[in-house]
Amino acid sequence: MSTLSIHNLHASIEGQSILKGLDLEVPKGEVHAIMGPNGSGKSTLAKILAGNEDYEVTEGDVLMDGENLLEMEVDERSRAGLFLAFQYPNEIPGVSNANFLRAALQARQPDGAELDAVAFYKQMYARMDELDMDRKFTARAVNEGFSGGEKKRNEILQLMMLEPKYAVLDETDSGLDIDALKVVARGVNSMRSPERGFLVITHYQRLLEYIVPDKVHVMIDGRIRRSGGRELALELEEKGYDWAREELAGAGA
Amino acid sequence: MSTLIESPPAPATPGSVLDQPAPAPEGLPEWFTARRTAAWQRFQDLPLPERTNEKWRFSRIKEASLEGFTHAAEPASLADPHAEHVLDKAVARLAFHNGHLVSADLPENQSGLTVMPLEQALRECPDLIEAHFMKSETPLGSEKFAALHEANALSGVFIHAAKGTAPEDPVEIVHYFSGCQGAHFPHTLVVGEDNAEVTVIEHFVSLDEESAFVIGVSDLAADGAARVRHAMLQRLSTSSKAILINTTSAGRDADAKSLLLNLGGAWVRTESVSHVTGTGANVNLLSASIPGTGQEFDQRTYQIHKAQHTTSDLLYKNALFDKARTIFSGLIIVDDGAHHTDAYQTCRNLLMSDHGEAHSLPGLEIKADQVKCSHGSTTAQIDPDTLLYLKARGIHDKTARKLITYGFIEEVVERFGHEAAGRLLDRFIEEKFKALGA
Ligand SMILES: Nc1ncnc2c1ncn2[C@@H]1O[C@H](COP(=O)(O)OP(=O)(O)O)[C@@H](O)[C@H]1O
Ligand SMILES: [Mg+2]
Repeated sequence: MSTLSIHNLHASIEGQSILKGLDLEVPKGEVHAIMGPNGSGKSTLAKILAGNEDYEVTEGDVLMDGENLLEMEVDERSRAGLFLAFQYPNEIPGVSNANFLRAALQARQPDGAELDAVAFYKQMYARMDELDMDRKFTARAVNEGFSGGEKKRNEILQLMMLEPKYAVLDETDSGLDIDALKVVARGVNSMRSPERGFLVITHYQRLLEYIVPDKVHVMIDGRIRRSGGRELALELEEKGYDWAREELAGAGA
Repeated sequence: MSTLIESPPAPATPGSVLDQPAPAPEGLPEWFTARRTAAWQRFQDLPLPERTNEKWRFSRIKEASLEGFTHAAEPASLADPHAEHVLDKAVARLAFHNGHLVSADLPENQSGLTVMPLEQALRECPDLIEAHFMKSETPLGSEKFAALHEANALSGVFIHAAKGTAPEDPVEIVHYFSGCQGAHFPHTLVVGEDNAEVTVIEHFVSLDEESAFVIGVSDLAADGAARVRHAMLQRLSTSSKAILINTTSAGRDADAKSLLLNLGGAWVRTESVSHVTGTGANVNLLSASIPGTGQEFDQRTYQIHKAQHTTSDLLYKNALFDKARTIFSGLIIVDDGAHHTDAYQTCRNLLMSDHGEAHSLPGLEIKADQVKCSHGSTTAQIDPDTLLYLKARGIHDKTARKLITYGFIEEVVERFGHEAAGRLLDRFIEEKFKALGA
């Protein structure tokens, strides 16, 4: 029951089929990585989990701790404990980071209860310190004028504040220099717990040196083609995605 | 320091504003009474604007009719000037109710700063008033209404910051309106001499749901290197109408900023004319409007550059709810010889429903060289990806939409760059959202 389980997921956009029978199970307490070449459908999977309705799910189901995720609204999924760190986080002009986070936490309060503002700021500052984020980011409009790295850090700040049951990180490493990568990984690692599952999507093995996964899955053309331990990431890095496409997808497709 | 005027001067007999101007009291300067008489004549001679007139394109023109409106009666009981929580700190505060001065909290020992009811200023420093009073014409279509204003104006405030004067806190003016079918002519004149710095926050507030017609004029003049800021918070009843005429002139190296928060009124026409006349002058023109069903905000602007190395930047934002209507028509005019002008004009409309109607008519007229100008207008609904991002953090749909809209308007508030005024603006924006069920 304590898993995020994806079964035979098929999805398409504008008539183009992208996910073609994807199976995946992420138990709480584990970190799973998905690697795959560009265009294999990694972001599509992430966005479908979050509830992006641009994509049409044509078959299959997703259960989060036994609950049917696909039947929930986007905001319901988040409140139920799903978190997506976006590959390309949006800017929200005129809305400060602090107000945004407050609204997100307020939405999780029982009816009529007000969020404790003092406790909120205290926690936010503590989390920002862990991520080496300047306090000035609290007053700045969400992601507006942020560098790529600042945006990714901000996603992790949100993850830390919202304390989800399952977190999906979509290429949180892309565009980060090594120092920023370490900071982000530190944030993620501090959130690892027996009560939380992670699905870390990445194109590169590098991130997995800092966020060490329990399992690695290779996704090609809308399906998981192979699953294994950490060493699979290294093998993939060494042999390249072309090899993976031929070796793993060729036969099975 | 505080002067509470217990009994206002005897009111004029209520009568139609179309029949006669409000009688002027004794002892006003001769030039002023002559101007009133001439203006009344002009009002009668000028035709009503017509639908075919480009300056009134898209406007619900019949709303401009003053038929049935009378000179505002003296209210049976005057507004409590302290009922309204406004700025925490102000260098001077004045409150009027249907044109009657209700309270004046004026600066003492503020050498260089003069803040006075217009009528008092006409008696005490007529020359200063004469030098600035409605000096420029009204080119955007409301010349008839400007004439009516000039023929009636007596209530309002004169603010004068002498050379180098820079009071820390703003001047705050509240105009309360009440009663059925009353016409009102509030006037504001702000003059900043060389290197002076002054901020004026003004409120137009209805005390009841009755219909008022407000024809207001606010003129700002910033001399050499002066910094003049003016914000108008318009919160008339949703059955009221208004024509608000604003002229801003900026001299050498002056910096002038004006902001309008447009919330109330069934039909509000705003005409803003900036004269960027001194080399190095900079003018910022800001407006935030949040109309709902039945409301039309009709906005017309000129940014006129008359000197070299001047800049002007206009940002008008409209968040239209339900069946609201807005019109924005703006023109940047760069005169012959006003080389190296930078002039920008941006109107952004955010449609909160499928039924709103936003018209934009941006324009440029350039007669100089080495000019950087841009004008742009956009009309869009809430960006679905932005909405998804907020909802993906668990924020409910309604709250998410409200946050995005608030952020959209907030850019205007931030550009005004005044913290205390910003808090006040945010509060009224919040109230309006609530009233619209957002
Ligand atoms: N909004 C969209 N419209 C059309 N095609 C899309 C859209 N999103 C993704 N795709 C297509 O789906 C495929 C998978 O994309 P994506 O999930 O972003 O891959 P990845 O994240 O693995 O690089 C690509 O071929 C891409 O072109
Ligand atoms: Mg991707």
